[in-house]
Amino acid sequence: MSARAGILAALKANRPAGDYPLPDVPTFVPLVGDDLVEEFGERLKRMGGRIEDGRTGDPLAGVQERLAEAKVIASAVPEIAGNRDLRAVRYPQEVEDVDVAVVRAVFGIAETGSVLFTEGELIVNAVAYLAQHLIVLLDPADILPNVQAAYKRPEFGCSAYAVLHTGPSATADIEGVLIHGAQGVRSLTVLLMPR
Amino acid sequence: MSVEDLNPRARDGVIHPEVRAADDESERGQDGGRLQHAEAATKPIRAPKVREAQPRGAKIRGDRPIDQAEAAERFLAAPLHQAAHDERLWDLRKKRDASAHGIPEWEELRELASAIKAHTLTHLDQYLEQFEAAAKANGVQVHWAADGADHNRIVLEILRSRGAETLVKSKSMLTEECGFRHHMAANGIEIIETDLGERIQQLDNEEPSHIVAPAVHKTRMDVAEVFSRTLGTDPDNDDAHYLAESQRETTRPYILKADAGMTGCNFAIAETGTVVTCTNEGNADLSGNVPPLQIHSIGIEKIIPKVEHLGVFIRLLSRSALGSPITQYTSHFRGPRAGTEMHMVLVDNGRSARLGLEEFWTSLKCIRCGACMNTCPVYRRSGGLSYGATYSGPIGLIIDPTFNKRKYSTLPFSSTMNGSCTNVCPVKINIHEQIFAWRKVLVEEHHIPALKQGMMKAAGAVLSRPAAYRAAIGAADSALKVLPRFAVYNPLNTWGKKREMPDAPRQTFHAWYKQNRMQKAAKDATVKDAAR
Amino acid sequence: MRVGLFVPCYVDAFEPEVGIATLELLERVGCTVEYPFDQTCCGQPMANTGCHAEAAATEALFVKNFSDFDYVVAPSGSCVHQVREHLTAIPLTEEVKKVRASTYELVEFLHDVLKIEALPWAEFPHKVAYHGNCNALRGIHHARPSEIVKPYFSKPLDLLRLVKGVELVDLARPDECCGFGGTFSVFEPAVSAKMGYDKVADQNRAGAQYVVSADSSCLMHQKGCAERLGLPLRYIHIAQVLNGAAA
Repeated sequence: MSARAGILAALKANRPAGDYPLPDVPTFVPLVGDDLVEEFGERLKRMGGRIEDGRTGDPLAGVQERLAEAKVIASAVPEIAGNRDLRAVRYPQEVEDVDVAVVRAVFGIAETGSVLFTEGELIVNAVAYLAQHLIVLLDPADILPNVQAAYKRPEFGCSAYAVLHTGPSATADIEGVLIHGAQGVRSLTVLLMPR
Repeated sequence: MSVEDLNPRARDGVIHPEVRAADDESERGQDGGRLQHAEAATKPIRAPKVREAQPRGAKIRGDRPIDQAEAAERFLAAPLHQAAHDERLWDLRKKRDASAHGIPEWEELRELASAIKAHTLTHLDQYLEQFEAAAKANGVQVHWAADGADHNRIVLEILRSRGAETLVKSKSMLTEECGFRHHMAANGIEIIETDLGERIQQLDNEEPSHIVAPAVHKTRMDVAEVFSRTLGTDPDNDDAHYLAESQRETTRPYILKADAGMTGCNFAIAETGTVVTCTNEGNADLSGNVPPLQIHSIGIEKIIPKVEHLGVFIRLLSRSALGSPITQYTSHFRGPRAGTEMHMVLVDNGRSARLGLEEFWTSLKCIRCGACMNTCPVYRRSGGLSYGATYSGPIGLIIDPTFNKRKYSTLPFSSTMNGSCTNVCPVKINIHEQIFAWRKVLVEEHHIPALKQGMMKAAGAVLSRPAAYRAAIGAADSALKVLPRFAVYNPLNTWGKKREMPDAPRQTFHAWYKQNRMQKAAKDATVKDAAR
Repeated sequence: MRVGLFVPCYVDAFEPEVGIATLELLERVGCTVEYPFDQTCCGQPMANTGCHAEAAATEALFVKNFSDFDYVVAPSGSCVHQVREHLTAIPLTEEVKKVRASTYELVEFLHDVLKIEALPWAEFPHKVAYHGNCNALRGIHHARPSEIVKPYFSKPLDLLRLVKGVELVDLARPDECCGFGGTFSVFEPAVSAKMGYDKVADQNRAGAQYVVSADSSCLMHQKGCAERLGLPLRYIHIAQVLNGAAA
């Protein structure tokens, strides 16, 4: 018998007695206030991310310094120019030297301060981890109230890769000392900018 | 690589040294406030900088029963380690409480998660077939492994047929179960763990001591010692940032050159064929997105029916584990990148058999959050390695005997059955009741020491015979002589080594009652009769 | 109302005052209390060790002793938990069912059945740390444990608030097990004692003069630990405090 057949047969044979229907998941009241932008920003900051408002004045003011210091910028958005063309990348290893990557989020989640990317936004998935810093453009109109609402979105059913980022890469594996940039990006800055 | 090469890069204003207290290195947020997300401690742990050798885990002697108490005693004999360990994990428990109490529907979420898992487990064959079909339609190659050896063989075959020699991986309890790293090393495949804690453990040739925080039993000095020995870092520099950065810089080359990447799986979605991983470091995403070949190892109990159910589990997982609303990364791997291969290995390794254990099958609901470990007062004072098993702490006590009944026969007794584990479990596994039930099974199958069972038999014989019981403790002066040992069922007097004995009572309640109520009543009756 | 008094073996041998206080208190609040003279134990030491066959005769004796009462009351959360949840080594006859369902721990009996609202005789002018023993807290639901997200309640604290002069102090780890754990205390003595030391140190840091609990076994363990560490804490059963012990 193949492992597959053996496992399926054992699962059938060992099925526990009793009726265990799949429960309906109710829609819970979001735990965030009405100002989703404010709530999103506060929670993102608590998760180690930074938030900048690009809706007034110079839209790039909040990230200017970061961009100015960067030698290699890989941008997946038209709003910010980079010097590394992600569409020309053949192997993920090629983006290893990227200082700043710029990507637009599909949506944000106010409950957690998370942003979602798929392979469509990232172009090269690995750039969101191999880059030293990540700048994320987010349309304030794209902020959902909570995780539950996020999982009703279609991206999870049709993307090859979908990922929620909540702040930068982090670890506290050594005595609970919080450190950003464990393996992935050292910082994540969300720049609020309508599409 | 020299020590100089490992110096941290300029940190680009991410941390402002001026807002950091001298003894507190944790990251600050945009507003300058101290951050506590991920598995961060709410205040510095800072084990005192006194050299104290790290206590090692339980002695493994083949199938012979693990002596958890012995290993725990050695852990307690390293008080600096024990205190840091206890404080750190209690802190996670408190963060979990604060996080849970912030969600009015918390208990309802636990109920839902438990019910979704119960449903899925009782229909697991159907959901696995659905998952397989969806994954195949997504261009994924699906494999089935009956046990750990099968898993290792399948993965080795995939690697060999593609000429792969190096594999980077993220943390996976399943691969620990399978002895994957050791097996691959023996077959000439280089395996690099990319989670910091797991990497520390790999370099120290030790198993992870905690599901979520694999090196939580080590102080920074221990890590400095391991890294200086294995990565060439400065042995006198135990700054956590320096150590973490050293790991990052030495691991990155492996990530870039690896022929294959592997992740475990937190949730596998039947409807879409998706593997979901939850990490804080982003290392699963590096493992899955950089090498040209990616492999996901999946315990078959990880299946959930639909994407919408993640809206329940993701809300519970990190809050239960760390008190964070979500992990830094929640990654959904559904199909291969263009020009690369994606494999998923569905592993049974005892799970289908466990499903048939009437009292224990619900342990398959476990989502590996580690909350039961953090809250367990025995675990916090013993260290995870004292259990000598892949799974330690309360969940380990009820899972480990299913892997090896003899070897892990002692573990269900390493508990006070206080029940806190059951209360924090996000999928409502009745952990402490299963510990109680395992004890019964192990006694019935003669897996407890004859001495212990003999003592219980003797106790049962005395306690079921009022006359014998009274004879044993009847007289006030003999009670103290007989009862302490008798009462604690202990011929070795381990009680008195660490605790004072109770004082001698003037008389037992029984004797008092006889004297004050029965004799008095009799006397009163006599007086009444005389007065008549 | 006929109440059968169960005095657990620990209480009988080491803390007879707890049995006396329980008896007097129940009589004070109007119960007719009988003490079946042939009682021994509830079977817990054997059952908790997995030795159910060895517990059967003791459990049968318990049922025989207490089957004639409207209520069985004991000053011990863990013994009541054993009777209610784990007295399963003998066949579940109607008699067994009845005894299991009518067995109450003293605090819940006073709080839930008798609905006591005043204890005019009780005065205890001391700083008190309450120890919720695990079987009472999580097994028979004396209070809302800190892990659970439900409205707070505490039956023992409700009763202690009826005692004049009690000043409750807060522990850093209020619901943490003290490490007694029945036979755990002798089979894993190092961890058990360390848990006890940490518990009594917490009580001491909180400024407690007295530690009050509904379980004598936890108190005996903690007292032994506090004495070994030389801490000036005193340990007393809630039955004594509610019965008006002056301490």
